[in-house]
Amino acid sequence: MTAQKLSLAKGLNAGLRKAMEHDPKVVLMGEDVGKLGGVFRITEGLQKDFGEDRVIDTPLAESGIVGTAIGLALRGYRPVVEIQFDGFIYPAFDQIISQVSKMHARSLGHLRLPLVIRVPFGGGIGAVEHHSESNEAYFAHTAGLRVVTCADPADAYWMIQQAVASDDPVLFYEPKRRYHERAEVELDEDAGAPLPLNSARVARAGDDLTVLTYGPMVKTCLDAAGAAQGEGKSLEVIDLRSLSPLDTETIFTSVRKTGRCVVVHEAPTFLAMGAELAAQVQRECFYSLEAPVLRVGGYNIPYPPSRFEEDFLPDLDRILDSVDQALAF
Amino acid sequence: MPDDAMEPAPQAPAPVRHHETVVTGPMEHDITDGGPDMVQFVDGDGNRLPTSPANEAYAKIVEDLTPEDGRSMYRDLVLVRRIDAEGHALQRQGELGLWPSLLGQEAAQVGAGRAMRRQDYAFPGYREHGVAWCRDVPPENLLGMFRGVNHGGWDSNANNFHLYTIVIGNQMLHATGYAMGIQRDGDVGTGDPDRDAAVMAFTGDGGTAQGDFNEALVFAGVANAPLVFFVQNNQWAISEPNYKQFRIPPYQRARGFGFPGVRVDGNDVLAVYAVTKAALDAARAGQGPTLIEAFTYRMGAHTTSDDPTKYRIAAEVDIWREKDPITRMRGFLASKGYADEAFFDAVDKEADELAARIRKACQEMPNPPKPAMFDNVYVDPHPVVEREKAEFIAYQASFEGGK
Ligand SMILES: Cc1ncc(C[n+]2csc(CCOP(=O)(O)OP(=O)(O)O)c2C)c(N)n1
Repeated sequence: MTAQKLSLAKGLNAGLRKAMEHDPKVVLMGEDVGKLGGVFRITEGLQKDFGEDRVIDTPLAESGIVGTAIGLALRGYRPVVEIQFDGFIYPAFDQIISQVSKMHARSLGHLRLPLVIRVPFGGGIGAVEHHSESNEAYFAHTAGLRVVTCADPADAYWMIQQAVASDDPVLFYEPKRRYHERAEVELDEDAGAPLPLNSARVARAGDDLTVLTYGPMVKTCLDAAGAAQGEGKSLEVIDLRSLSPLDTETIFTSVRKTGRCVVVHEAPTFLAMGAELAAQVQRECFYSLEAPVLRVGGYNIPYPPSRFEEDFLPDLDRILDSVDQALAF
Repeated sequence: MPDDAMEPAPQAPAPVRHHETVVTGPMEHDITDGGPDMVQFVDGDGNRLPTSPANEAYAKIVEDLTPEDGRSMYRDLVLVRRIDAEGHALQRQGELGLWPSLLGQEAAQVGAGRAMRRQDYAFPGYREHGVAWCRDVPPENLLGMFRGVNHGGWDSNANNFHLYTIVIGNQMLHATGYAMGIQRDGDVGTGDPDRDAAVMAFTGDGGTAQGDFNEALVFAGVANAPLVFFVQNNQWAISEPNYKQFRIPPYQRARGFGFPGVRVDGNDVLAVYAVTKAALDAARAGQGPTLIEAFTYRMGAHTTSDDPTKYRIAAEVDIWREKDPITRMRGFLASKGYADEAFFDAVDKEADELAARIRKACQEMPNPPKPAMFDNVYVDPHPVVEREKAEFIAYQASFEGGK
């Protein structure tokens, strides 16, 4: 057994280290990722061990970071880019949407961009503006990008390696408020194959209602399911893990079983993941549904100042409120 | 080799192979004195420096200053440092979530801020507490966003001091556009000192790497906009030293965009004032933009969330402590006989009072009512926001005694 208790942050760090050991073409780049090890220390120690050639402290320019990562990828490298905070990805939006997502298709398959763009996302850390956003839907909306997010240390460790190994570009969302949560992680591949990158995971089995969620909200939803259990309600919690593509089989199987579905994410609900999930679930599970699919998310306002964030973000009460509505339908 | 072969070209060095060699050259952190181009008027001990090729163009501006001007600049330096220290302390006490300290950069900000006229406009980053002070922005206004009760929230037009901008580089273009507006209003080159206006755009050394920054230089140059780019080169962008951001100092970059760049000793308030005043006068007169690089140092951490011991050596901070902007100005005033102990004591006392006022205002700053987060998203009523606000209020009311 090679299980180890790791934080989500350390899981990512260990996963990146393994990816770099495995393939000399893997390079990390971003602001402060080298000597400092990133503002969240996800890349801590990697520059020391792999050199400045492979862990690059870039100039402060996100379009530059992603744009040059594209060039490196064209030259045969596998860049793993860190965007320091969710709200700072927008200078790179053009490169991601116009180039990263389309390169394979434009070249009729001749070119591949195996790059990973890591994005610490979500709120709950009391930060100033632009540091708490959930902008995954912009990218999930864009064909050509894979969008995934880990919710616990084991997925952090394995999914980052799978993302690096992917020949498609991957937006890799990291739930920053969960960085320091710890769990046992099996580090040995032979001890049981990890779930594929684009699979969802039943995080908790239940019969009465399916909660679809991902990233930082997985833990909140598991807590809500625990609380609901006390009231005799059995919730099935699905950690989507992959937002594009969606593992629809796991999703539909669950909803067909429970007949009820609530989607939970931090992002404002309008045109977000919940909208897509609700549409697909009502189309595919129509005859099993006992209630409309409900969404719990951030309100449709700019991410508020931190003193408001507790009320802005879905919490146990709001999730259970929607669960009750769905169950009472 | 046949006899008629051409003389072989000298053998080029073997190409550098990526897996064998480090790509980047041996660039190191440059701890210089700012170089011969740097405009400076007062040395580290407060002595007035003689006229030099670098400073002579600005000497008249300094000579025109009165002892009273000098005293009041000193006062600004001390009060600004105190505002900053209080911000830092309030963060440590849990009253603020974050504080970006300007420690060490007081002269750069006061010199720049004092050179502005009422009708000029400033576009700050997030560290420009000293410029805010010079624009008469109440320091209390700056606390809200770091306390988490708002995103800034002050009326920028009350003091011609725009909201803090956290996304590095964005505001450089806003400043440029604002300056283009001033041109279109005809408020440039009229010769009326109360009408002609200019804009100042503030960023850091790291900020010069952003696309927005460089696009702003392009636009400002093309428009010949009444604008002063003011780069506080405090040597560090979080953990990254200058050589990770550029190969030539920012002031030398301006030329390539078609306008002048000047490096000034950012810890010499008289020099910063003089250089900024000259640049603003030129901008208001219709002579276009200038880029000023204030060569200074970030004495503290990047913000209260940062731990600089991870990436920089203490000895470097010690070197810069010797160049402290306040000690220097105090030495200058004292050696010239422009100020006495009683004056310095009075300023310190005023700083104590200001700090107490800020602390109290911060501690008493209320949390806004929760539904306020739905306000001001749109100018006109918006059905989604209105519905969610109503639902939110009803939901909150469903908790006995409030949530
Ligand atoms: C677009 C963007 N990317 C990243 C960040 C995170 N960040 C905040 S400050 C900073 C360094 C800024 O350095 P510099 O421009 O030198 O200014 P200083 O903070 O030293 O005053 C970084 C990377 C940001 N705020 N905006």
